[in-house]
Formats: sequence, C-alpha cells, structure tokens
Amino acid sequence: MEERFALSFDPFVLPFMVGTYFVFAWCIAAIIKVLSQLPATDRHRFYRSLITPQNIVKNIRDIFCDCLLHVRLWKRNRLLGYMHSSIAFGWFMIILIGHIETILYVPNRVHLLYYPIFFRYFMKVHEIHLQGALLFFLMDFFLLVILSGIALAIFKRFRSRALGMRRTTRLTLTDRIGMYALWSIFPLRWIAEGFTAGVAGGSFMTIPINWLLKNFMSNPENFTAAWWAYSIALGTFMFVLPFSRYMHIPAEMMLIPMRNAGLKVRHYRRGFALAQVYSCPSCGVCIDACPMGAQKKNNSLATVYLNRQIKRKNEEKLNKISDACLMCGKCEALCQIKVSATGLRQDIRSRRQYGIHQDYGYLGGVSAAAGSGKVLYYAGCMTSLTPVIKRSVAALLDRAGVDWSNMDADGTICCGRPLILAGKMDEAKALIAKNTEIIKSSGAATLLVSCPICYRVFKEEYQLDGVEVVHYTEYFNNLLSSGRLPVENSGRKLVYHDPCELGRGCGIYDQPREALSHVASLVPAEKERVESICCGGSLGSLTLNWDDRGAISAKSLENLMYSHPDAIVTACPLCLKTYARSAKVPVKDFAEIINDNLKQ
Amino acid sequence: MVDFGFKLSKSSAIVLSETADPRFARLVALEPDVMRCMSCGSCAGSCTAASFTTLSLRRVILDLQRGQTADATGQIKHCMLCGKCTLVCPRGLNTRHIILSILQVYKEEE
Repeated sequence: MEERFALSFDPFVLPFMVGTYFVFAWCIAAIIKVLSQLPATDRHRFYRSLITPQNIVKNIRDIFCDCLLHVRLWKRNRLLGYMHSSIAFGWFMIILIGHIETILYVPNRVHLLYYPIFFRYFMKVHEIHLQGALLFFLMDFFLLVILSGIALAIFKRFRSRALGMRRTTRLTLTDRIGMYALWSIFPLRWIAEGFTAGVAGGSFMTIPINWLLKNFMSNPENFTAAWWAYSIALGTFMFVLPFSRYMHIPAEMMLIPMRNAGLKVRHYRRGFALAQVYSCPSCGVCIDACPMGAQKKNNSLATVYLNRQIKRKNEEKLNKISDACLMCGKCEALCQIKVSATGLRQDIRSRRQYGIHQDYGYLGGVSAAAGSGKVLYYAGCMTSLTPVIKRSVAALLDRAGVDWSNMDADGTICCGRPLILAGKMDEAKALIAKNTEIIKSSGAATLLVSCPICYRVFKEEYQLDGVEVVHYTEYFNNLLSSGRLPVENSGRKLVYHDPCELGRGCGIYDQPREALSHVASLVPAEKERVESICCGGSLGSLTLNWDDRGAISAKSLENLMYSHPDAIVTACPLCLKTYARSAKVPVKDFAEIINDNLKQ
Repeated sequence: MVDFGFKLSKSSAIVLSETADPRFARLVALEPDVMRCMSCGSCAGSCTAASFTTLSLRRVILDLQRGQTADATGQIKHCMLCGKCTLVCPRGLNTRHIILSILQVYKEEE
C-alpha cells in the first residue's frame, strides 16, 4: 500500500477541516465557560474527582457505556438502543480503524487530522495482505452497521410509534439541518469509497459499488466530486453542531464526570445546569413520560422544551414551563442523561421576586407539646382532610400495642415541602426549625409519617439526629411480617398506585406491595413503579387548573384500571382525595385496607 | 340599525367587584380563578395557619376586590402554602396560585 499523490492534500478536505476546528474551538470555549460558572467549592470538588482513581474508572466506563454503547437506552428499548449505538459506536470504530490504518501504513501522516478520515482517497493498493484485508473488512462492516442505524433513524422520523415513541420532539431548523447532514454523511462515504475501491481497495460493501459504477459511468476514476460531497456533509454537520441538539455528543462527555463528582444545580442557566442543558439530545422521552401530555396542548411543557428555552433565555416561556410542572419526577427518572428536571424548575421558581414576604412570627406561639410515646405520628395537613387515614393508623398502632402519640392531634403546622416546591426554601426553613423543635422535645425515637410529601421533606431536609423517620408503609409492613398485626387475605383484586413523592421521590416501591400482598391479591397497573403516572393532584404544579388536573387524573386512572381491579389502593392522602373524585371503583388508603382485613 | 330617536347611555352604577386598582387587574390576569370565588369560606375553615392567625383567604379576596389591601396583605403573609384550601374548594379554584400571585403583585402595607 502506498500514497497515490506526492502532495498529501486536496482542497476537498477543507469543509471537514474548517468544521472540525470550529467545533473544537467552540467546545474548549464552552468548557471554560461552564467551569468558570461553577461555584469555587463545586469546581474544586470536580477537579478532585477527576484525579480520584475510582472516579476515573467510573467516568471512563460511563462515557463508554452511555455515549458509545447507549446501554441505558438498550435496556429501555432495544430498537432505539441499536439505532443510537450503531451510529455512535460504528462511527467511533471507523475513526479508530482509520487511525490504525494511517499508523500502520503511513505513520508520517498521522499528524494530519483529515488523513484517517479520507484515507482511501489518498492511498492506492498493489496487493492486499491478510492484515489489510481484515482492516478493509472491518471498515466496511462498521459502515454497514452505521447505515443500518441511519436507515432506522429515517424510518423513525416517519413512523416513530414502530420504535415505541408516541410523540417525538419538534425539531428546530438547525436540528433539521444537522439531522439531514448526519443522514447523508455515511451514504456519501459509501459512494465515495465505492469510487476509489478499484484503486485503494475495499471489501464487501465498497467493491460491489465499484463494479456497479464501472459498468454505468464512462470514467469511474473521476471521483473527486463524491469526496467533496462527503466532506461537505461532514463540514455542515460540524458547523451546525453547536447550535443543534447534536451538541449533546461532546457535552455529555463533560456532563458524565460532573455528575459523577456529585454536583448539583445551583443556577438554572449556569455551570452544571448549562452542561445538562447542552447534553439534552432532544430525544423526546420526557414528552411521552409527562403526565401533562394527557392534553395535547401541554406537550410543549415537557423538559426537552425547558432545556431549549433555557438555551434561548426566553424567561416568559421558562416561567410558564416551570410553574405548570407537577414535579412528579418521571421525566427525570426516565431521562437518558439524567437532566435535573425538577431541580432546574425549582431553581427558576426560587428566583421569582415577591412583593410580600411570608412572616411566620406566630410559630413561637405554637405549642410544642407532642406527647411522650416512643413512636411519634405526624399526620400532616392533607391527612387531616382524610380522617380515615388517621383513624386506621391509630387503630393499627393500638392493635399492635405500639407506645405512640400524635404530634398533630389538634392540628399543627405544615412540614415545609409545599413551600419548597414553590421555590421558597428560606420560608420553609422556619417551619422546618419549628417542627424539629417539636419532634426533638417529644423524646420519641421514631417519627411515623403517613403522607409521602411530608416523608420526603423529613428525609431530605430535616436534621433530626437519631430520630428515625419511617413511612407508614414501611412501618406496617414490618409489623405484618413480624406477626404483630394478624390479618387475613380477602382475595380482593387490588391495584397499588405509587405516589410520586414516595416512589420516585424516596425509592419506596416494594414495602407497600409486600404488605398489601398479605391482605389481598395485587394486580399490576399498565405502568407502575418508576413509570407510575401522577394522580394530577400534585402540589408541585403551581398553575395547572381544575380541568387540566382532571384530564391527568382520568389518564392516570385509566392506567390503574388496566387489570380491572376491584379497588385502587394508594399511600398518599392527596392521591386518595384526587382519585376518589372520579374513580369508578372504590379508592382506599393503604392503612385502611390493612385495618379492614385485621383478624377479629 | 333602526333609529328610535334615543340612545342607551352607559350605566352609571358602581360595580364593587370592578375596582379601579390596576394591581387587582394584574392579579386577575395572572390567575383568573380569583374572579370565580363565591366566598363560601371552605378555604378559611380548613386553613392550617388559621389555627394560629386570622388568615382567611375568603376575606383576603373580598378585601382586595374592595381595595382594602392593607388588611389583605397583613393576613396573606401568614400562609404556609400547604394546599388544603385547594383540596376543599368546591369550585376547584387554584387557591395556591391565587395566593402566590397576590404575594407577587401586592406589596406589604402597614
């Protein structure tokens, strides 16, 4: 194998070269920008994590698995997984093998960035050795892999449902240009290499093209035009990359180490958040995930559009998108790159200016008397509107002989979570301080909570030093399995609804199911656990009105009625009240069902 | 149109619910639900903060409609946003957003 031209340059490489340098320059500027926007503590934390050995291994593994192989997507949807990994990994392999070829045959050209990419143009072959034939075969094999991925991508554009996506993202102009360029890069490469295969050699993909061209074209040696087209397609893709969704390719490689360093969103448009926003591939998984999608008009409230508006700095739309969100966290749980969908929205909410500042001076007068039981039960505001929960919890605790007392028998103050959801962290701190004082002064060892909204804030924001916070589903499950609550199985067909704050918020999925399986036979919902659909009553949404919430409830109920259960069980007072309005079967609380099935 | 020889003049009645306060108009623009309140008082009856203060959302809305903003802002600042009022409202008003909008539009007054 040897070089065809004395001058190792041809003007057709220019579009590719200019585009590539442009992308490199842009990425370096973006890295500097993101790093400079991080608070100093976060920045040092990030640098430290970059040199920690276990983090280095984790970063490399995550980048390889997420960016090239798309393992997470494979687990969720094999066709989509294949489509993405065939293009990403195939492209990576073609670049890698191109470099290996250059190093093996023309080591003096390795410093030329374009040489491995346009290798077949610059080389000619006399006889093929086994080594060369293997490399030729691998090149053609990965080209075939990429082309199959591109074919799937084109098919998905027109029939996304066939690949398991009901709705896809509305693309911007640059997204479209980038997409068409990406679609055309590899077919053009195939044709260009097909032209040269007679001179530079090829394998099972390129040689047949060469035969075809020889039979149809008068002068098949005149192939520069095909290489120009390939280079222009590459250059176009590189030029639109920073302004399109394809920015996620370089951005994700930066996001993964930042995420592994444990950084949090501090400002919705700066630092870590910026890295997240640019890593969003606009895949649209969040559109199908969003419960607000029950109404078509609300599709534009999905997280993918939040990211887009953050890039565009459109404050009006940002406020609209962040205020409507139910904060159920489903998009975040399903997101391929784990964008902090709720964190970004909470930050936007927290930056709002208010003319009146809340004043909780009256908290000093709230009595701190909370009984003296070993277990302190906090029912919370919502539970006081669903007395059946309070009654059932009391009955179960008495039956099991637990030494308990009620923290809010005569009504007490809110836990603070609703304020946090509205972006008012400072105000919430006043309530948190007062509740902490009440709980600590009671001397209880366990704080029992029946509302998942309260449970989450007690877990995440309270410093209770030694007081164990348990949700009643965990607590009663333990009592049931230890035999302290004798129950009988009614055989009734029940479906369990995972409340957002309990499931996705706190990771409690199994305990309520295990407990309920003692008293009834559980049937599955169409989507459950991490994919459970919000009931529509969530306090997370600030602006959704009654009708919007009703549409979400209807959709969520439809999902729960999938296996035709006799009743719906949930472990959240808010879900209970929301479903009870429109469900066609009885809606029961977790404690109520256990209490109903106690042995006499 | 047939000319009857006379015209209907604009009503000179004073409508209390249409106050001249531009802040109230902004509040309505932010959350139109505020106009749908029928003053039943369910919100005040279930309010968590009402056990410790005089907060009554029903009265706050009436106050704002009548231009008595000092009384309204003095009460509304005690709200903990717990959301019980939203749950009990028989008209399904988004009371939490009404409160947040009041906090945004009005200023504290002595």
